Amino acid sequence: MASSPSTVPAWQPTASLENLRRRAALAAEIRRFFAERGVLEVETPQLGAATVPDLHLASLEVRLDAPGLAPTAKFYLQTSPELAMKRLLAAGSGPIFQLCKAYRNGEAGARHNPEFTLLEWYRPGFDHHQLMDEMSELLGRTLGAPPAERQSYRELFLGRLGLDPLEAGREELSAALTAAEVPEPAGLDRDGALQLLLACALEPGLGWQRPYFLYDFPPSQAALARIDPGPPPVAQRFEVYVRGLELANGFHELADPLEQRRRFEADLEARARSGLPRVALDQAFLAALEAGLPACSGVALGFDRLVMLATGARSIDEVLSFPIERA
Amino acid sequence: MATFSTNQFRPGLKILLDGDPYSIVENEMVKPGKGQAFNRVRVRNLKTGRVIDKTFKSGDTVEAADVIEIEMQYLYTDGEKWYFMNPSTYEQVETDEAGVGDAGQWLKEQDPCSVTLWNGLPITVTAQAFVELKIVQTDPGVRGDTSSGGTKPATLETGAVVKVPLFVQEGEVIRVDTRIGEYISRVGK
Repeated sequence: MASSPSTVPAWQPTASLENLRRRAALAAEIRRFFAERGVLEVETPQLGAATVPDLHLASLEVRLDAPGLAPTAKFYLQTSPELAMKRLLAAGSGPIFQLCKAYRNGEAGARHNPEFTLLEWYRPGFDHHQLMDEMSELLGRTLGAPPAERQSYRELFLGRLGLDPLEAGREELSAALTAAEVPEPAGLDRDGALQLLLACALEPGLGWQRPYFLYDFPPSQAALARIDPGPPPVAQRFEVYVRGLELANGFHELADPLEQRRRFEADLEARARSGLPRVALDQAFLAALEAGLPACSGVALGFDRLVMLATGARSIDEVLSFPIERA
Repeated sequence: MATFSTNQFRPGLKILLDGDPYSIVENEMVKPGKGQAFNRVRVRNLKTGRVIDKTFKSGDTVEAADVIEIEMQYLYTDGEKWYFMNPSTYEQVETDEAGVGDAGQWLKEQDPCSVTLWNGLPITVTAQAFVELKIVQTDPGVRGDTSSGGTKPATLETGAVVKVPLFVQEGEVIRVDTRIGEYISRVGK
């Protein structure tokens, strides 16, 4: 039994050396897994001139001085390597993966560190179901997990809460929150209520027997996923849960440059309404989409959380050498 | 008005919710894969002691509650109000039966106690964990009477009633644990 992080002297790592060895072994296994499949390992910049305008992601800003740059040029630490990796896909890279650091301001806790490690990979020619097949194989290899179970977002909500998440009115969602004993914050919109139900009432029960893949989200929560016009229309997005932990989020990737620009601009407007800082849109990414992103699916997996699952850690600090409090 | 953002939440922080002062007991951030992050927070109402759960959208702000806990001296009660004094400033504050709560039965004049002030006014009073009080009334213990489990009720000088062993007599001083309201021992003369 490792001693709890709070009892460890402040200069020491919070992860046991045993967990750090397990972490390295998992990274090596992941690299073998993709090498066998001919998926190319890539590296993309962690400092980007632009970032995603997602309302719920806060990018860290960095000021740079270097020859060839404007004085104190503004860069963003990337919240994920997604946009740069799609530029590689548009340039004809074929299937690619990356194991890298990502940064999200304001996120810390038992499952979050502001600086964390993502495994992100893209598969040209795959739809989200084919990518889920590969995810299931990866979880088998790394965690020894049995094949995953799959359920649509609608089936989950109908089955567990008796409500249709695509149709339910706002009051019905409030009633479900009350029934689940999850108090509701003021000013919660419809998607916020669905997200609160998923995160607090449903997620803790998912993926205990086998990994659980949840797919086809409400179109209002599409992020960068394609929308299947239906009926009913759904976003071709999936999330992965193992033992109550949300592990990964994948998309059948949106490739339409006009629709992408429209979603980014809607995000920027939402940021402005919420009083959040405006961010620079990634024109290079949008230009890559205009040049042509091959039809593909992609997924980002929280590598630290994978290590937590492999080691039985209850807190992310147990798998990080130095979490933010000791960085 | 001071405010705290959810990023500043930590156990012990005093915040104002629906007009009442609360202390944060636990704070956990939860975030779905994409979308709104939340803080699930357990808070204790400092007036009633009731613990409830609340959810905040991460980034929301709440008003700070001006709450401090200080050591004061209990002065006296006139039956309606209870009077306390800050021993370093000699400033006096008063509260009523509801404000003094259960602590009232353990307070003897001049005793130190802990008073929680909200906007300068007492909202809760906590007696010292152990107090020594004189028994003003108890029946003489009857040898061999085990029907009451070997204890009998005794009324103390502050009005509190505690169960004491049969051998303890009227006029004796006893030590009581105020947190559980139980007799601990006799206090030697």
